[in-house]
Amino acid sequence: MIFSIVVTGAPYSSQAADSALRYCKSLLKLEHQIHRIFFYADGVHNASELAAPPQDETNIPSEWAQLAEEHKLDMVVCIAAAVRRGVLDENEAQRYEKSSHNLTPPFVLSGLGQLVEAGIVSDRIVTFGA
Amino acid sequence: MSDTKKSFLIINRKAPYGSSAARDALDVALTISVFEQPLSLLFMDDAVLQLLPAHNPAGIGQKNLSANLAMLEMYDIDQLHVCREALQQRGLRAEDIELNINLLDRSGIATLIKQHDQVLSF
Repeated sequence: MIFSIVVTGAPYSSQAADSALRYCKSLLKLEHQIHRIFFYADGVHNASELAAPPQDETNIPSEWAQLAEEHKLDMVVCIAAAVRRGVLDENEAQRYEKSSHNLTPPFVLSGLGQLVEAGIVSDRIVTFGA
Repeated sequence: MSDTKKSFLIINRKAPYGSSAARDALDVALTISVFEQPLSLLFMDDAVLQLLPAHNPAGIGQKNLSANLAMLEMYDIDQLHVCREALQQRGLRAEDIELNINLLDRSGIATLIKQHDQVLSF
């Protein structure tokens, strides 16, 4: 089955991010296909490279990045939700004249069209909300 | 853009202000309609408050949502389903809502969810 995942909860504030991460790992273990993981609303904080949790806690942004590298996952962050909340890639940092950027590769910024396209292509969308 | 059609259902559960959920759902609804996919909206729990007319959120520094909701009809999103129980629990009547709505009880909601390919919840 082809799945897409939507995450709207920030890591460490809600369980949504951690549950989504575990769910994705299970999907891959069961040999399902993940078309896209879409980060929306407070979920954009999952993509921040600057998250620095204590060492005995899961580093959720880097777990996402690792999982995506390993399985060639498409991880898209809603650009409108992200720039509002201070999650920027190099381009957006330049556009808004900010001194730095913090989007963890391989996350990419894109529009809501990517969420709708994921819905069209996938058999199921599963949302992890706050 | 894909030629395949999928029917989408957006379930709204949150009050209009206090979180970004209502606006986020509306933005997704408009994007789905740009992609010309069939779309229905369901309002449950506190989200029925989104449907009341004459919001005045300027005092809390928010933009008014009700204008955008009225815009839905222009985008051909005319399937607004509302949970009857949620209205009753909040002392609201269907007449309090000035939009074209369809009231559903619990079994109607279950059927509605079953009828759609994709369900997004906010």
